[in-house]
Amino acid sequence: MKSFAPIALVIAVLTAVPLLVHSNVVLNFLVVALMIALAGQGWNILGGYGGQYSFGHAIFFGTGAYVTAILQVQYGINAWLAFGAGIVAGAAVGVVVGWLAFRAGLRGSYFALVTLAFAEVLRILASVAPITGAGVGTLVKLDLRFAALQFESRALFYWLILALVAVALVVTYAVERSRFGAWLTAVRENEDAARALGVDAVAVKLGAMVISGAITAAAGCFYVQYFLFVDSHIAYGAWISVEALLTPIIGGAGTIFGPLVGALVVKALGEGALLVTGQAPGLDLVVFGIVLIAVVGLSPRGIVGLRQQLGARFGSRRGAGEASRG
Amino acid sequence: MLSPVILIPALLNGLLTGAVYALVALGLTLIYGVLHIINFAHGALLTAAMFAAYFAFKVLGIDPYLSVFIIAPLFFAVGYALQRFVIGLASHGEDRNMLLVTLGLAVVIENALLFGFRGDTRTIDVPYAFQTIDLGFTYLAVPRLVGFVAVFVVALILWLIMSLTDIGRAIRAVAKEKLGAQLSGIDVAHVYAVTFGLGTACVAVAACLLMPTYYVNPGAGNAFVLIAFTIVVLGGMGSVPGAVLGGLMIGVVESLSSLFLGDSLGQVGIFLIFIAVLLVRPQGLFGANA
Repeated sequence: MKSFAPIALVIAVLTAVPLLVHSNVVLNFLVVALMIALAGQGWNILGGYGGQYSFGHAIFFGTGAYVTAILQVQYGINAWLAFGAGIVAGAAVGVVVGWLAFRAGLRGSYFALVTLAFAEVLRILASVAPITGAGVGTLVKLDLRFAALQFESRALFYWLILALVAVALVVTYAVERSRFGAWLTAVRENEDAARALGVDAVAVKLGAMVISGAITAAAGCFYVQYFLFVDSHIAYGAWISVEALLTPIIGGAGTIFGPLVGALVVKALGEGALLVTGQAPGLDLVVFGIVLIAVVGLSPRGIVGLRQQLGARFGSRRGAGEASRG
Repeated sequence: MLSPVILIPALLNGLLTGAVYALVALGLTLIYGVLHIINFAHGALLTAAMFAAYFAFKVLGIDPYLSVFIIAPLFFAVGYALQRFVIGLASHGEDRNMLLVTLGLAVVIENALLFGFRGDTRTIDVPYAFQTIDLGFTYLAVPRLVGFVAVFVVALILWLIMSLTDIGRAIRAVAKEKLGAQLSGIDVAHVYAVTFGLGTACVAVAACLLMPTYYVNPGAGNAFVLIAFTIVVLGGMGSVPGAVLGGLMIGVVESLSSLFLGDSLGQVGIFLIFIAVLLVRPQGLFGANA
C-alpha cells in the first residue's frame, strides 16, 4: 500500500463506533474481534510478510497474558507496567524461539512443528507450575480504576484495543515500506536467492519474529485485563494459535488490513453459526475450517487479495499481470 | 534408583505403548516421504477412525479387531478422496498451502465430531480388555501385545506394497523425483492420493487397536498426533524403519519419564526431545536423505 490515508480513515471510522453504538453485545463482539485481529497482525508480520508459518503463536499470546497477570497478582506491580512487561516478554520469547529455530535452519513444515511443540511444552509447564496457578489458573482482582487498567465502560476497553490495533497497523505499514520489509518479502519468495544477494536471512526472520511476538503478546496482555483470568488452556491452547493464523490467511496474508478484515469476517461467521444452531459447540470452528480451506483454494491472498483479483479480472491488463504473479 | 521389579515392566509397557505410537507415526512419515508435508489432519483422522470403530462395535456389534478390516479400507478411500479432491485442489501444489489445508481439515473434522457427538468420553467393553499374560516376573496386557504385533504386520505389508507392486514403484519414483516420474507417465495426483490413503489407513488400524483399551472423544487423537510428530522427526521424516524404532523409543521414554517425573511432566520429556532433535539434527536419528 502506497499511502497512509486508508489506515487513518479506517482507524477514524472504528474510533467513532462506540459513539454511535451503545449495545454492550456489539461492543463486546468488536473488542474480541479486534483482540483476535491483533494476535493475527502479529502472525502476519512473520507468516504473511516473512512466509514463516507458525502453528504455535500461542507461545506469545500466552506469555503476554501470564506475565501481565503474574506481575500484578504475585508481585503487586502496576497493571500498566505489567502490560508493557508482557509485550517485552513476548518479544524476548520471540528472540529465544526464533534464534533456536532459524539458526537450526528450520523452514516450512519443520518451523510449523517446532512452534507447535514450544506452545505445547509451555502449556504443559503452565498447567503444573505453581507460579501460574497451575490447573486453577490466575485470577486478576477486579479493580475498576484507570490506574489498574480496568474500565467500567466497554467503550474504553474498545478504544484501548483499537489503539493497540492502530499501532500494529502503523508498524505493519512501516515494515512494508522499509528496506527490512523488502528483505523479509525476498526471504519469503525465495530464501536461497535472497541469501545469494547478501540478505542475512536469519537476522531478518529473527527481527520479524520479535516484532511478531511483541504484537501477539499484546493481545494476550489485553485478554487478561479484559477477562481478568488466564489458565494454561486459554494462554497456550491451540485455539489462539489457530485463530492468530486464520485471521490473516482469510483476510489476506502479507497485506496491511488482512488480519483486521479476517478477524471481523471470521468472528461474524462464528457468531452466525452459533446463532443458527443455538450455541451448539463446534459448528463455528467447522465454519472457520471450511472458510480457511476455501480461501486457500480460491483466493490465496485472502479477502483483500480477492478484491484485487476481481479488480484485475475486470480491470486493466497491467492489473491482471500483477494478480497472476501474486 | 528404582528396582528392576518396577523398571522392567515400565520398559516393556513403554515398548507396547510405543508400538501404537509407531503405527500412527507410520502413516505420517509415509505421507511426508512422498508429499513432503506434515499432515496436520492426522490426529483428527485418528479420532474419526476411533469413532468409526466405536460405532462399529456399539451399533453393529463388530469387535474392533474385526472391524479393522472394514475401517482400514474405508479410511483408505477417505484419505484418497481428501487428497485428490480437497488438499490437492486447494493447495495449488504449494507446500505452505498444503500445511494450511490439512490444518483446516483438522479443525473441520475435529469440530464436526464435537458438534455431532458432544464432548463426551466414550469407551467400549470387550471381554479381553483386561486380560494379561503372566511372564513370571511381570504381566503383559493382551490388547497391547496385539498392537505390538500389528505394527510389524502393517510395516511388512507397507514394505511389500512399496517393493513389489506397480503403485509402490510409482510412489517411490514420485518421492525421489516428482518431475521425472511425471515425465515417464506416472499420474502424480493419483500417486499422492494413494499415499495419503495408505497413511490414513495406517491411522485407522491404529484406531481399531486402541479402542479396546482407550477412550474416544473429539480431541482423543491430538494426544497421539503430537507424539507422532516427535517420532517422525526423531526417526527421520519419511523413514518407515525410523518411525517404528522412533515409536518404540518414545514409548519407553514416556513410560520411564512418567515413572520419574509424574504423568503430566512425562509428556514434557517427549516434547523436549522433539525440540532438541529438531534443533540439533532435523534430519532425524536415522534419516540420511532429509
